[in-house]
Amino acid sequence: MTRQAVAAGVSALALLTAAPALAEIKIGASLAVTGPAAFLGDPEAKTLEMLVEELNANGGINGEEVELIVYDDGADPNKARTFATRLIEEDEVVAVIGGSSTGATMAMAPLFADYEIPFISLAGAVVIIDPVQEFVFKTPHTDRMACEKIFADITSRGMTKVGLISGTDGFGASMREQCLDVAEASGVEIVADESYGGSDSDMTPQLTNIAATEGIEAVVNPGFGQGPAVVTRNYAQLGIELPFYQSHGVASDEFIKLAGDAANGLRLPATPLLIPDQLAEDDPQRQPVQDYIAAYEAAHGEKPSTFGGYAYDAFHLLVNAIERADSTDPVEIRDALEATEGHAGVTGVYSFTPEDHMGLDLSAFRILEIKDGGWTPVEE
Amino acid sequence: MSELLQFLVSGVTVGAIYAAIALGFTLIYNASGVVNFAQGEFVVIGGMTAAALIGAGVPVWIAAPLAVIAGMLVGVALYRLAIRPAREAPLVSLIIITIGASIFLRGAMQAVFDKQIHRYDGFSGDAPLRVGGATILPQSLWIIGGSIAVFAFLAWFLNRTRAGRGIRATASNRMAAALVGINTGRAMNLSFALSAAIGALAGVLATPVTFTSYDVGVLMALKGFSATMLGGVGSPLGALAGGLLIGLIEAMTAGYISSDYKDASAFVVILLVLFLRPQGLFGARITERV
Repeated sequence: MTRQAVAAGVSALALLTAAPALAEIKIGASLAVTGPAAFLGDPEAKTLEMLVEELNANGGINGEEVELIVYDDGADPNKARTFATRLIEEDEVVAVIGGSSTGATMAMAPLFADYEIPFISLAGAVVIIDPVQEFVFKTPHTDRMACEKIFADITSRGMTKVGLISGTDGFGASMREQCLDVAEASGVEIVADESYGGSDSDMTPQLTNIAATEGIEAVVNPGFGQGPAVVTRNYAQLGIELPFYQSHGVASDEFIKLAGDAANGLRLPATPLLIPDQLAEDDPQRQPVQDYIAAYEAAHGEKPSTFGGYAYDAFHLLVNAIERADSTDPVEIRDALEATEGHAGVTGVYSFTPEDHMGLDLSAFRILEIKDGGWTPVEE
Repeated sequence: MSELLQFLVSGVTVGAIYAAIALGFTLIYNASGVVNFAQGEFVVIGGMTAAALIGAGVPVWIAAPLAVIAGMLVGVALYRLAIRPAREAPLVSLIIITIGASIFLRGAMQAVFDKQIHRYDGFSGDAPLRVGGATILPQSLWIIGGSIAVFAFLAWFLNRTRAGRGIRATASNRMAAALVGINTGRAMNLSFALSAAIGALAGVLATPVTFTSYDVGVLMALKGFSATMLGGVGSPLGALAGGLLIGLIEAMTAGYISSDYKDASAFVVILLVLFLRPQGLFGARITERV
């Protein structure tokens, strides 16, 4: 076959496959599928791909198929911006999901105002939605809310004097700042403030100091990765009896496995994803949580993570908005998205307003206690 | 008083881990003058292999030696496949090869094992022991004992055995060593095998306390290397003392000053020592005739 013939064949094929694609709704995503934030991006990408397949099998959105275009930005803000531009200009998507990390999200965010395309971020920081940007939304709750939730539980147990032991990693440092910031308004006093490095193997000196602080009533550990598990083990090793709180950063079965018996009795704020069978029958999140877990386990043979849940909610919020807008015009989708009211997802119940592009309140977090190596919701 | 004791216990526990890693650096350096930047990866290979085997139901007294042997085999492979083919290259190139090897091993471990954090139970359980007013984990005693045993072995091996003296002779002058009949290739091979085994042993002992995952090797190697520099490169006694010293400085700073200055204070001490005694606390002064 000559080269021309091959070329002609290829373009003919391209035309054939391209033709039905015209009727498709294209949704873009730029996620950290690999790299240092792969623990975020990997379950997010798996979740989105699974949901698109499921949606198309059920007839798509208003009869139109959905095509998902995922790029792997490796949590690199430069790449994320390039991919966002490509999604908008070349792939001509109607909306973008993504930014597994705050850095990638903030690098992409200005583009969406320029091109008037709605964007739902899966990253945590407050700066994404404060101040509000017209086309930027996000699904995860913020570390600030985690602090407020923990402090509310502490004060409800009649305590006010709190010690912090924070990781110096990005997550721990940011949450420590937010906790210090909201402490006064939440009615607690931070009486001890210690830190540790992410790879440290022994935090007993810091914990000894915290335990020796006068009047201290509870201890909070903002952190991520193995640090909190080491802190938890050291806490038990020293025999400290004070109520102990971890953050949503370690809300996974993996953490219980690493911390072992030492974790029993500690509390943390988490999404209902960890307690699918303990949600009340009339809990609006019961259905989405159980659906998501069943579908994810069927598709990937493992339990979904909290992070995949952010993608699940972002996708459903978007599909829901496109259905209500009954249009594929990005601006109309954005308007419908902002009008979302009482949408029950796995992370929480979303109600967007022009002033609030995260749409969650503190009820999205449940305080869980670890008992006998399992999660138990704490009655509020 | 009980506070001080707890800080001491913490410092010795952490210091013994640094020392165990630092001891691994000594042998390869002694044989070849190469600072092996893949040493941290041996530590991780030891920990991950043991975790995988124990996770699969293998009893710890079988899994631990197997993990050390796995580390040793990777050490030999590193020497045979990467270092020996480049043996005529200058020292700097060999050191850069070990950096490359560490990146390769990290990638390989992601594929062979996974990206999760792993741990297994301490060899003698996880119930803390009370010493005065302080508490110590039984596993910490294993780590301290392991470091001292490795130190004693190295001191004996390098000074008292033919093979050990051969390794030192090879380092001092390979040509001269070969001329007096020392099999320098074998000496190098042996030093890589033993270094890797020591690293893997450190990983096997430390994992119940520190946890392990494919990417912790770099930071472990950094601390171990600091301990080596402080104590004096190439000296087993220096590695042991340097590791313990850094651990104690960190614990005391975290306890009495602020945990924020923990790492900084350790590095300030290292810098001061290196200004005043560039060869480290126990290192031999090297004189080179130019």
